[in-house]
This record gives sequence, C-alpha cells and structure tokens, in this order.
Amino acid sequence: MGITVDTIEQGTVVDHIRQGMGIRVMDLLGIDKSYPHRVALVMNVGSGKSNKKDIVKIEGILVSEEKTDAIALIAPNATINHIQEGRVVKKKKAELPEKMEGVGKCPNPKCISNHQDVPSRFALDNGEYRCGYCERKFRASELV
Amino acid sequence: MDLISFRDLSKEDVEDYFARAEEMDRQLEAGNVEKLDGIVATMFFEPSTRTKLSFQSAAERLGLQIVDFVGSSSSLKKGESFEDTIRTVDGYADIIVIRHPLEGSARVASEFAEAPIANGGDGGNQHPSQTLLDLYTLKKMKGDIGALNVHLVGDLKHARTMRSLLYGLGMFGAKVKLVAPSGLEMARDAIADVKRKFEMEVEETETIDFKDADVVYVCRIQEERFEDKYEAMSVKKKFTIKPEYLQGVKEDMIILHPLPKIDEIPPEVDKSKYAKYFEQAKNGIPMRMGIMKKMLGSARQKKG
Ligand SMILES: [Zn+2]
Repeated sequence: MGITVDTIEQGTVVDHIRQGMGIRVMDLLGIDKSYPHRVALVMNVGSGKSNKKDIVKIEGILVSEEKTDAIALIAPNATINHIQEGRVVKKKKAELPEKMEGVGKCPNPKCISNHQDVPSRFALDNGEYRCGYCERKFRASELV
Repeated sequence: MDLISFRDLSKEDVEDYFARAEEMDRQLEAGNVEKLDGIVATMFFEPSTRTKLSFQSAAERLGLQIVDFVGSSSSLKKGESFEDTIRTVDGYADIIVIRHPLEGSARVASEFAEAPIANGGDGGNQHPSQTLLDLYTLKKMKGDIGALNVHLVGDLKHARTMRSLLYGLGMFGAKVKLVAPSGLEMARDAIADVKRKFEMEVEETETIDFKDADVVYVCRIQEERFEDKYEAMSVKKKFTIKPEYLQGVKEDMIILHPLPKIDEIPPEVDKSKYAKYFEQAKNGIPMRMGIMKKMLGSARQKKG
C-alpha cells in the first residue's frame, strides 16, 4: 500500500527530513498557499518506527546553497535534490555549516543583530552555534 | 587594531598587553610619560562613570585629547542610525571607546569605523579592558597566574566580568572555585568551554570557605534577581564578605572587586590588608594607556 506522488519536472526534492519537520522545511523555504506551482509534503514515509521520514517536493524552484544550509538547522542529514527535466542533476546533503552569514536569527533580544540592519552571523563551536555579535551559544534548531 | 572581545585574544596577545601596561607603570612611576598625539572619542550610550573616567584619565596621561559623545540608547531608535553615528564620530577621532547596552554593538561599530574601537562594555557580553586589568592585577600582585587558586564569588550568572575572567584564568592555567548561590551559577556553556579549551580545573560550590584561596574575586548580588525578598535577604547576607570569613585564610590572600561595590564588602574588610580592589581599579590606568598606545601605533601603520 502506498501513496503515489507525481514526480516533478523542474524543482527540488528535499528527502530524509526528520519525521515531523517537513512542515518546518516548507516554512523555511517560504512555501505557503500563495505558491503557484505544485508542492507535495509527504509525511511519515517508510517502515518501522525509527525509519520514518518526511519528504518535500517543490516544482519550480531550485533551493539555493544558503537555504540548503538552513535546512540542516532543522533537519540534519536531509538531502536536497535538484531536478531538471525529471532527473536529479544535483544532490547535496544538508550539513551544519562551520560558518553562516545571513542564515538564521539570533534568539537573544539584547543582541545588536536584532536592532540593526546587519547580517546574522554564526560559527559552529562544539556542536552549537555562537553568535558573531553577542557571542552567546545556541542549538542549531533555535536559530530558525 | 580593535579590542572588542577577550575571546579574540591569544595568551600571547594578553602577555603583550601586560608588557605594555608594565611599561606604562614604569613611565608613570618615573613621572615621565612619553606624550602621544591623537584624539580619543568616548561614546557612552549608558552611564558608567568609572570606566569612562578611567579611559579619559589614561588618555590624559598619554597627552591625548578627548572628545565626548553624549548619547543615550534611545537615540538608537529615534534619531540617527547607529551606523551614521559611528561613521560621523570616526571622522573626529583616532580611537573610539564605546559602551552600549546592546550585545555585539562594539563589534558592529568596528565594522563601520576606520579608527580602532575599544569596547568599554556591550551589555552582558564583554568588557575586555576590565578583564585585562584584572589579570594584570593578578600578575602584578601574585606573579604566576597559573599557580593561583582563585575563588569567584557572587552572582556568576549575570556578572559579565566573571565569565571573561574565568576564560582568562583558564588561559593561564589557574585553578578556579566558583562560589555562587543556587540559581545564580555561572552559565553551563562558559564552564564547558574553559574545561574543553584549557583543560581547566573548575570546582562549583555554594559554600564559602576561603582557606585555600590565593585570590577571592567578589561581585555583587542584586536583590532584583530574586522573586522572594526573604530569600534575597538571606543570600545577600551569606554572600557579604564578613570579617569572620577571613579567619584562617592565607597570609597573602587578596580580595578583588570590579567596583562599584555597595554593601557586599563591609568597611571592616576594606581596612584589612587583604582588600586590594582600589589598587586593582588603579591598574586600569596603565592597562588602558597601554591599550590606547597600541591602538595608535597600529592605526599609523595602517595608514602607512
Ligand atoms: Zn546574537
């Protein structure tokens, strides 16, 4: 038994998303009801309790490198597949980047990055991200 | 060359600042300070009389001119943008000393300004000249920082100076005991950080016992941190450095405090031989002279 989801011609498939995080990946990519092309969110795919995952298929956009990094913040180990003419032309695993600029937002309300027009900046420090301004450390998932 | 965060400094950098402060101390003692040429802008978006006076006094001793920007943090929201303000003042000065309640403000200022920026405190984040003068005080009074057993006492959660000081002590291999009331302990990640980076020996306790201490560094516990007034009173009472706490301590133990202090150290202790916080504050002058002299040197190099 399965659900058939059409393959897409031109766009991006985000696969191996941690179960339950598919919706957040869509939010992060700015996909909402106003999006004009086909989008599929497939939840709880796979067998067994621990192997379940979510998949997001989006017709019409090739997710940028920057967004790929951001996806890693909420869905580590997700894969981002660029599709052209129905075939995978590029496959990248979302990995927590060593450094990020303009990706994510510092959760510290007293951080200058939340008061001035400056790009957010984070550097990985022992599995967590340190803000380049207020120097506080946060878990990756706190930045999105 | 900016001085934004103690975290940007290596041990060699810190030792270089020590050497510069020592040289300034020598010149001050000889009454023969080599005069420099330049203008220092002080930009204090929140009041801190002592830090400002210390920087201004250090600048005066070096023969530098001072221009004072009187700002308030509300001017950030209303009038001119922070960026414009910094760029404008940058045109007037060779060094900018900035204090601002938002964390990371000095870092941002350093990106807008050509002139070197000295961070005089950015909210709860960093106050690197304070950390440098604290460490310089330890070196001057005690010699080898790495051989010291230092007790950090008080509200270690909110005191910004304590987090950087812990880091600096770790850098030099000192042993540290963190003495804080429950709920006001040093942030977990700050402790994990020094343990990992410097393999530092850190002990945590709520019990005050200074017998094995070479240095007791005290900071204030603010009543506002507690919801329960009764609890606030009893904690404050326990963390007041009473004369009986000094019975049986090492002969040459010293007590430091970043100042201003209110009632956490009573007058009897001020009079004791252990109290060294006024000397500590005085060390801010040679250290800040050294910092500004280094900045002027680097600014000239940059211009060629
Ligand atoms: Zn921040």
